[in-house]
Amino acid sequence: MTISVYEGLDVAKIKKKKNSGKLLTGAEIILKALCEEGVEVIFGYPGGAVLPLYDALFKQNNIRHILVRHEQGAVHAAEGYARSTGKVGVVLVTSGPGATNAVTGLTDALMDSIPIVCLSGQVPTHMIGNDAFQEADTVGITRPCTKHNYLVKDAANISQVIHEAFYVARSGRPGPVLVDLPKDIQINKAAYGGKPKLVHKSYRPQVKGDSAAIAEAVEMLANAKRPIIYAGGGIINSGPKASKLLGEFLKLTGFPCTQTLMALGCYPTDGKLSLGMLGMHGTLEANLAMHGCDVMIAVGARFDDRITGRVADFAPGSKKIHIDIDSSSFNKSIAVDLTIQGDCGNVLADLIKQWKAKKAKSNAKALKSWWKTIDGWRARNSLSYEKSDTIIKPQYALERLRELTRGRDTYFTTEVGQHQMWAAQFLSFDKPNHWMTSGGLGTMGYGLPAAMGTQVAHPKSLVVDIAGEASFMMNMQEFSTLMQYRLPVKAFILNNQCMGMVRQWQELMHGGRYSESYMKSLPDFVKLAEAFGAVGLRATKPSEVDDLIKEMIAVDCAVIADVRVDPTENCFPMIPSGAAHNEMLLGPADKAKGKGTEEGMVLV
Amino acid sequence: MAAKKGQKEVEQVEQRIIAVLVDNEPGVLARVIGLFSGRGYNIESLTVSEVDSVENISRITVVASGTPMVLEQIKAQFDRLVPVHKVSDLTEDGPCVARELALIKVKGTGEKRVEALRIADIFRSRVVDSTIKSFVFEMTGTSDKIDAFIELMEPLGLVDACRTGIVAIARGPKPL
Repeated sequence: MTISVYEGLDVAKIKKKKNSGKLLTGAEIILKALCEEGVEVIFGYPGGAVLPLYDALFKQNNIRHILVRHEQGAVHAAEGYARSTGKVGVVLVTSGPGATNAVTGLTDALMDSIPIVCLSGQVPTHMIGNDAFQEADTVGITRPCTKHNYLVKDAANISQVIHEAFYVARSGRPGPVLVDLPKDIQINKAAYGGKPKLVHKSYRPQVKGDSAAIAEAVEMLANAKRPIIYAGGGIINSGPKASKLLGEFLKLTGFPCTQTLMALGCYPTDGKLSLGMLGMHGTLEANLAMHGCDVMIAVGARFDDRITGRVADFAPGSKKIHIDIDSSSFNKSIAVDLTIQGDCGNVLADLIKQWKAKKAKSNAKALKSWWKTIDGWRARNSLSYEKSDTIIKPQYALERLRELTRGRDTYFTTEVGQHQMWAAQFLSFDKPNHWMTSGGLGTMGYGLPAAMGTQVAHPKSLVVDIAGEASFMMNMQEFSTLMQYRLPVKAFILNNQCMGMVRQWQELMHGGRYSESYMKSLPDFVKLAEAFGAVGLRATKPSEVDDLIKEMIAVDCAVIADVRVDPTENCFPMIPSGAAHNEMLLGPADKAKGKGTEEGMVLV
Repeated sequence: MAAKKGQKEVEQVEQRIIAVLVDNEPGVLARVIGLFSGRGYNIESLTVSEVDSVENISRITVVASGTPMVLEQIKAQFDRLVPVHKVSDLTEDGPCVARELALIKVKGTGEKRVEALRIADIFRSRVVDSTIKSFVFEMTGTSDKIDAFIELMEPLGLVDACRTGIVAIARGPKPL
């Protein structure tokens, strides 16, 4: 990629001459504000309504632009970038279709609390509402799928709005913020106002937990006989320090800890206090421990329906403590006994402080017998699967991937479906920010662009997108972007030639009528890779898996690995929808139980 | 914030008056209404108007109904909107005065017309428009009172009724 450097807008120079009162175009102000926010990279796609911004981008050298192939890919890439760095991801799209294409990504970021700032072009202010070419009511469309959005109608407001957008995106519970920028606003001149120093007039999230409530939590936890820590994605969002504090608290108390899909990596999944992931495809020990606990402490988790199963039978008889930065997470689906509003990291720090200050001790005797019960569940090895010498089991492929990437700084992203759940079950996670997956929205096509964004942020690291062939094809155009920027992302496709999770539900709940869950005419993924100028690899036998993975890692280029797995394999253990934690299906033999109830059928 | 909750909520539908102070900016009402429609909350009435032109603040009064858990959600969801300054549950936080304004058009002649005027007088309603065969009455009061008045006007030639929905303010000297 070549970028010509022009003298026109050297932001570093302008920074020195702060408050010089010089008039800049709206586009220049935007870039200046982005620089001041520490933005290094933008994922975007140009179009008529953002041409002034692209022109200003052309004339500077501080911010890198990654040209995606579809705006949805831009947002997912920014999500991968944000999730793997803790920084705000930035997206730039044009008006109309540019903005509507970004909607899925924005919704995904909203559901998973990922800080994103999306700049969208808009038709000039005097044409708004006229059904102009490439006009869409972007703020109207994105209102329910962003944390907040703005339409800038005066160039004089741009700098303030951009800085505010970053503040809102990263503060409190993070989320996507969209700024709609009419074309004339990008051209009009105004003075750059700089970063506002004042606190925001209305949005000031509570980050410090109430100390009386924390004291009460210490008391409840110290008296617990069967405690459990239910760790959620809020810990990752809070920053690596929160994960460290969680580890410290676990060491202090000896409590068992289970993680949600979004929290994987906050505590080593191989650690002895970890029960692994909980929920619909969580481990038996995690779900039964949730069901049988007497005190539960939810840290930055939101009692999602994939976690709780049947709400009426969720952790019956337990006392529940809920730590969350967002008060709307409290008592939403599950009534809890004690709520502590604040940032997970802050509250965990205070919890540890008070625990130590009060010389609180876990009930050692009760805890020992609780662990004995849990170890009994563990011994049933709920993640076991039938091994095969002739056909590649997807679990086996992931186990080998786990072993052959051990000790490396590997970032994993996933698409959505069976492969995602297997990845969560069979990979091991020991660091936060190394696992990017679409949890809340469940967006097929998330993984490849997210891996792209992650690779941009960590050019030296190994980034693997665990994919299914159906999900992969939803955003495979981004392979072209990978090639353009020489991003050596590895797409590890567990190719079962069908929409595995849809097929699994049809098998379990719809009498094996596989309605439209098979695809005909799948591409030859090896040739597809070659068409992009990338490397294509294929394994069809278990004996070929190791070589494939080794080669995939060794190649300094983007790779599509077509791993032909058993198309009939189902993802277990599983809580059928509408069932409770203690009604898990452990394997194919439990299939009869999987029919589920009629109420369960209507659930997704 | 620390709040205690019993394990089993009583699934009883209640009605609450919630006052919200927001920035008076474009789209703020759409955000509030979108929140109700998007999350399936029940809204009985909603009024909004600027109350502070210097600080650019509007006050929204919402009458919402739901189980206590849903009502808590509504308040929390309000609170996380970026342009929201303050959310207050007037029903829960103490006594409040709640009023509605209504304009009611009644058509009639002869005895019915006289009767309508007489009842309006009893309700302390004012006539704000009059023709030979119609009146427009203006009245403020509780929603119940307006309901009662409209019901009485029905047989006397009620044509149209127009109501503002509830506005409410806490009793006593304290601001919101």
